[in-house]
Amino acid sequence: MQTATELDLNWVDVCALHDLPDNNMGAAVLHEETQIALFYIKQIDQVFALNNLDPFSGANVLSRGIIGSVGDELVVASPIYKEHFNLKTGQCLEDEGVSIAAYPTKVTEGRVLIGLSS
Amino acid sequence: MSKKTLVVIGNGMVGHKFLQSMVNSDVMQDYQIVTFCEETRLAYDRVQLTSFFSGKSEDDLSLVEDNFFEDNNITVHTGDRAKHIDRKSKVVTSEKGVSISYDKLVLATGSFPFVPPIPGHERDNCFVYRTIDDLIEISEAGETSKVGVVIGGGLLGLEAAKALKDLGLKTHVVEFAPRLMAVQIDDGAGAVLRKKIEELDVSVHTQKNTQNIVDGEECVHRMNFADGSHIETDVILFSAGIRPRDDIAAECGLALGERGGIVVNDSCLTSDDDIYAIGECALWDGKIFGLVAPGYQMAQVVADHLAQKDNAFTGADMSTKLKLMGVDVASIGDAHGVTDKAKVYTYVNGADDVYKKIVVSEDNTRLLGAVLIGDTVDYGNLLQLKLNDIPLPEYPDSLILPQRDGSGATGLGVEALPDAAQICSCYDVSKGDICQAVSDGSTTMGALKECTKAATGCGGCAALVGQVLNKELEKMGMDVNTDLCEHFAFTRQELYHMVRVEGIKTFDEMLDKHGKGYGCDICKPTVGSILASCWNEYVLDQPHAALQDTNDRYLANMQKNGTYSIVPRITGGEITPDKLIVLGQVGKKYNLYTKITGGQRVDLFGARQEQLPVIWKELIDAGFETGHAYGKSLRTVKSCVGDTWCRYGLADSVSAAIDIENRYKGLRSPHKIKLAVSGCTRECAEAQSKDVGVIATENGWNLYVCGNGGMKPRHADLFATGLDFETMIKYIDRFLMFYVKTADRLQRTSTWMMNLEGGLDYLREVVIEDSLGLAETFEQEMQTVVDAYECEWKRTVESEERTKQFSTFINTDKPDSQIVFVPERDQLRPARQDELTSTSAD
Repeated sequence: MQTATELDLNWVDVCALHDLPDNNMGAAVLHEETQIALFYIKQIDQVFALNNLDPFSGANVLSRGIIGSVGDELVVASPIYKEHFNLKTGQCLEDEGVSIAAYPTKVTEGRVLIGLSS
Repeated sequence: MSKKTLVVIGNGMVGHKFLQSMVNSDVMQDYQIVTFCEETRLAYDRVQLTSFFSGKSEDDLSLVEDNFFEDNNITVHTGDRAKHIDRKSKVVTSEKGVSISYDKLVLATGSFPFVPPIPGHERDNCFVYRTIDDLIEISEAGETSKVGVVIGGGLLGLEAAKALKDLGLKTHVVEFAPRLMAVQIDDGAGAVLRKKIEELDVSVHTQKNTQNIVDGEECVHRMNFADGSHIETDVILFSAGIRPRDDIAAECGLALGERGGIVVNDSCLTSDDDIYAIGECALWDGKIFGLVAPGYQMAQVVADHLAQKDNAFTGADMSTKLKLMGVDVASIGDAHGVTDKAKVYTYVNGADDVYKKIVVSEDNTRLLGAVLIGDTVDYGNLLQLKLNDIPLPEYPDSLILPQRDGSGATGLGVEALPDAAQICSCYDVSKGDICQAVSDGSTTMGALKECTKAATGCGGCAALVGQVLNKELEKMGMDVNTDLCEHFAFTRQELYHMVRVEGIKTFDEMLDKHGKGYGCDICKPTVGSILASCWNEYVLDQPHAALQDTNDRYLANMQKNGTYSIVPRITGGEITPDKLIVLGQVGKKYNLYTKITGGQRVDLFGARQEQLPVIWKELIDAGFETGHAYGKSLRTVKSCVGDTWCRYGLADSVSAAIDIENRYKGLRSPHKIKLAVSGCTRECAEAQSKDVGVIATENGWNLYVCGNGGMKPRHADLFATGLDFETMIKYIDRFLMFYVKTADRLQRTSTWMMNLEGGLDYLREVVIEDSLGLAETFEQEMQTVVDAYECEWKRTVESEERTKQFSTFINTDKPDSQIVFVPERDQLRPARQDELTSTSAD
């Protein structure tokens, strides 16, 4: 998914695509001090990236949540108190006022890149 | 306005029910209540008295809610008998000299067991069967005895015989009449009942008139009968009927019946307008009602009369259904067919020892009475036909004939019942009450029981309550949505069935065949658990890993800061000093917060994700295996130290617990399962608060099921008694497998059982009597799970690829630097939010 602001992004290579679990499970990567949760969804062959910090518990755990869908939206459920976050937008489904950073991603030559604002 | 004084004499079942009725009534505010309780124990459940011998405690039997008297400001004089009523000055005086002036007085003095004046009836070791004190004495006498006799083969006599049997005595029942339960059943039924009871190794002697009791040669007593025969015995229990306790009423001149009993009218008023009598001491229309349900009705009538509400006692149905020594017995209405020109239909099945009889009106259209032995399934239907005067089918015998052609039971649909039909007689719940509760939102059996109390007394009406519930739901057009989640339009039980029948091995296969979308955090762990229950494959295998709930995915319990706790298995709570030292060393080395759990294990907190395999490697090398504390699975089998060390122990509870834990460890289930084994009824392992609890008795193991602690604690129900270890394991296999197969997601055994139509009785039928013919399958399936067991952590640490999955980040070996601990009482704990901000500000 490419957007107008993409040019302002700093694309960071975080891992190889084959490093990610291929069974709809999350994994975490560290970029400088930022912890990022990556989710590779095999049915659509796409990678999603969210900030790994669960705002409800303050723990870096979202990569360890269960991936699923609510209606048409892909979500991850926090493993601590089970709130759901939209994989595309970072919006919390249970609490309108809460959302977490969602990062654009792309896969180039087998590498996973994450777009961070520069 | 000052309050009036209401004195209640007697805190038995009916007396207490009256107090409860008052507390629930507005009229309570007008009265100050004082009650006398002759026994030192407040009201307890006399109907369940026999269960005292099979392991129930005094507390279990108590009917008094915590702080009932304090909270409701009722004064109670325990261990003090009201002795005298002065009707003129309206004062009650007690044995201990307490005098209370009353405005209104309620007599709930109950009855006493009739002891025939046989010469020798006052000898030692001769007892009656009425109070907990009686039972304690009988039980003490039982310890030095071999043989016991019950005089009286009525309902209570057979209960008492069961008690003697439970005490391990060779048991005889001696009855004056030509058959057992002479009042309730006829000769044909009596013969079937007798045969069944004799099969249980209880000798039955009918038409025996005891002449005297003298010293025996081999036993304490010798009972001589009029026909010249005799029996030697060590213990004698008299159970020859009850008599109303009307002495206090007689002394103050209240009207009594010719053969005793305090005469009352429809409002339960005696011949004195300020004195009521209720329960077994009251004589209404020339009849004493020796069952608890009519007593409860009377209690309500008096509470209503005091509140000037319309209510009247109009007699009670004396139909009964019960299990006597494991034999189903039921009697309805005119069981003997004494009604003029009544017609009788009988069905006798000599092969299965089933006897059924119905008594119908001359014109074949109305049911008058019935007797059922060996199979009481028809009881609910027949009783409703009788009570509601419902026209019978063209051929009334179809009501009791077996349905073998698949045409289904003839009975009547619950729809034929009027709203006023009483479904639960223990708590007087009508069909209308149940319908109302359903439409108010109690749409499960469990919720209905909680809301209406129906089916929570004797449980005899459970099937009927279930039918009413289903019919109502159907009528409301309420398609009860039992879908697991939006991805699967099935219940957990249906999914389980698919996995078994279609041999489904992965979540993806399940989703492809029967689901939609991507799954979610509800269906994924559920299917993961079912797959594990059925096939017991390694849960972190590629297709299963993504299904696992938070804790299962890393085989450890996630704590609030994202770190994990580790609980190695310590079977039965037994651990060597060396292994204990290893736990200490590991805890110290990795700086883990260490705590003893309630399940007799050690919990090590604060391990980071990437540390888990390293720590477990050390634990496995020292001989530990996983404790499954993270799974919806068998947790612990708690034990007391047992007869190996304990002065009171009756069996080796530790060995038993270890065997049981090793058998079921690793079993994945709808919710966590906890077990315990106690070596005697002192119950130090708290087995009665577990899903499965085992208590050693002199006669073998007593098995309890469906208890739990937690948010809604529930005492376990006594399920079977006097088992040998092997039989007990079979029962537990069947019980657990039945639960695993049929329970809903996150439903503990107690809720599951409550929602089974037929509840505990049904569970017994399935597990003990094998009514579904599935016992062998359950055992085989359990054996498959047992054989497939492997320690998940052992398997995990053996492979580098698997341990790699535990690294916190896939692009670096660094740990999560945001996990912060602070010291407390010489150990570490997670930093609180405010402490975090202060550290980061440094």
